[in-house]
Amino acid sequence: MAAPKYPGFGTLSLHAGSRPDPVTGARATPIYFTTSFVFRDADHAAALFNMERAGHVYSRISNPTNAVLEERIAALEGGVGAIATASGQAAMHLAIATIAGAGSHIVASRALYGGSHNLLAYTLPRFGIETTFVNPRDLDAWKKALRPNTRLLFGETLGNPGLDVLDVPRVAEIAHAAKIPLLVDSTFTTPYLMRPFDLGADLLFHSATKFLGGHGVAIGGVLVDGGTFDWDASGKFPELTEAYGGFHGMDFQEESTVAAFLLRARREGLRDFGACMSPATAFQILQGVETLPLRMERHVANTRRIVEFLTAHPAVEAVSYPELPSHPDHALAKELLPKGCGSVFSFNLKGDRAAGRRFIEALSVFSHLANVGDAKSLVIHPASTTHFRMDEAALRGAGITEGTVRLSIGLEEADDLIEDLSRGLRAAQKG
Amino acid sequence: MELQVSGRKVYAYTGGRAFDAKLPTVVFIHGAAHDHCVWVLQSRYLAHHGYGVLAVDLPGHGRSEGEPLRRVEDMADWIVALLDAAGVKSAALVGHSMGALITLDCAARHPDRVTRIALLGTAFPMRVSGELLEAAQHDEPAAHDMINIWSHASQAHYPSNPGPGFWVIGENLRLMQRQKPGVLYIDFTACNDYAAGLERAASVKCPALLLLGRRDVMTPPRATRELVQALKGATVTTLAGSGHNLMGEKPDEVLDALREFLASV
Repeated sequence: MAAPKYPGFGTLSLHAGSRPDPVTGARATPIYFTTSFVFRDADHAAALFNMERAGHVYSRISNPTNAVLEERIAALEGGVGAIATASGQAAMHLAIATIAGAGSHIVASRALYGGSHNLLAYTLPRFGIETTFVNPRDLDAWKKALRPNTRLLFGETLGNPGLDVLDVPRVAEIAHAAKIPLLVDSTFTTPYLMRPFDLGADLLFHSATKFLGGHGVAIGGVLVDGGTFDWDASGKFPELTEAYGGFHGMDFQEESTVAAFLLRARREGLRDFGACMSPATAFQILQGVETLPLRMERHVANTRRIVEFLTAHPAVEAVSYPELPSHPDHALAKELLPKGCGSVFSFNLKGDRAAGRRFIEALSVFSHLANVGDAKSLVIHPASTTHFRMDEAALRGAGITEGTVRLSIGLEEADDLIEDLSRGLRAAQKG
Repeated sequence: MELQVSGRKVYAYTGGRAFDAKLPTVVFIHGAAHDHCVWVLQSRYLAHHGYGVLAVDLPGHGRSEGEPLRRVEDMADWIVALLDAAGVKSAALVGHSMGALITLDCAARHPDRVTRIALLGTAFPMRVSGELLEAAQHDEPAAHDMINIWSHASQAHYPSNPGPGFWVIGENLRLMQRQKPGVLYIDFTACNDYAAGLERAASVKCPALLLLGRRDVMTPPRATRELVQALKGATVTTLAGSGHNLMGEKPDEVLDALREFLASV
């Protein structure tokens, strides 16, 4: 007998977590636009509240449309479940708030999206959670930054915007030796390009606003539990392994050997912080997920064409893309990202800040805005926008100069994108 | 709760309430390479509806100490030792897969300790294919994948387990991976070697329920025919749209069937 196989990525992208609506027969996942759900009787109500039965009570905690998205992303990532949130930032906050509190410490890569850096460097310290930032390529730095109260290691699978490739297996080893989990932001890679749980990560989140949606019409996030971390064996997480007065005295690890984190994140984090996703947003992101493998293939193919074009162009000083031998993480990218390094990358223009302005303003196909992962190609100048709160040293740490331009390559015809960039580069050189 | 059974620390989930041996007791017994948490919804419900619940981790599984037991008969005797440790005179037993064999054997050989039995995802003989047994011995990741693929009838579960947003197939895989290396092969060998099923079934005197998944390819409903004949008067309930992981795929239907069975006169 041939060995059985799991459904492939493309099949899961379309089917995982969804079934035809049992009442109407609708094949597409309906948008369950309702705040709340009727109980069958008083016993059913009590059983739902006490987690004796599974089901929906109130859409801040769960909703059938959201559940399809959550289960689909969990299936694509190889996790045990997921929680859809109001944004990627909300997913990151939910992950941290579930297992860290006043007195906790985090070690994070310094090559992060500006918003994530902000949360860790400025906002969370107000709540007693401190973060030490390290060069993600320096494995010793991760180890040296560990403290007895460190509860989490965190990095982006592909750092923003320099595309530092996070050495997930080795950083996970460091985390596990310290009996703490590794959380990664997988936004730039999506499960199509990397499945971090297969490499040793324990928790991950996405800004679903980006490639998962792909259409640029909805803000959302997804937090996924890999189900691999043994909270009991760690002994550092009483939030998950001791009775919690805030939820019927529940010991989450006792309730679920492999999904304790997710239980608390939903039962406490969604309930109390309330950063839930609208079912309309879940529906919109699901439309994107259905075509994720097709789009990611095209994103990567277009990006490779444009990287090749820019690398050879005389107005370009340097292109930073891990598939190039010149990138410091080239070998690691070959190991961890064999299907491609995504479609967001940066390059440095020759010339000053004004050259960068002329370049961006001459473009007509690329849109100048603060987002990535759209079907449409995008361009931004990080030093004056996404990373503007960073001082010069922090900018350098994140691999950014004043001339750095970040591109997010979309799904247009590659020839049209190259023509547009040629126009911009000509304008940049005219100064 | 923790108990001492045969000198070893063992764990039983009590459904979120302190165990009370004065209440009618239900013992939940998991299958190969699983632990108590496969029963979390059903056991939690019953614990809050008039039953004392012990969802055990068998020796060497989950939080229970010791080596896994190698014979179904030994596991059945261990259940009796567990009842002794918990101060329980008699109990209803609910078992899944290998746990169903343990349940059957215990009811037949210890009739004074067992009031009724529910066998979920069961078959007799419960032979494990040579290919799967070989993988369990030499390539556990491959065996986990085979079991996981064969255990589920669907890629979509409503309302999922333990609640919306949880991916049942991923949870089942991780739960098997969480058990100690070698446990799966020992469990499967015990299932494979258990030969006394029909003889034991014929001597069962208490009420019996067989709860089967119509699309179960691990223990297909057709493989229970002789068992059903031997278990005179047994109730057979088959859940449409369920594979072998009945508690994961159809948690409400499993609970409702158990409630009705446990309450029946």
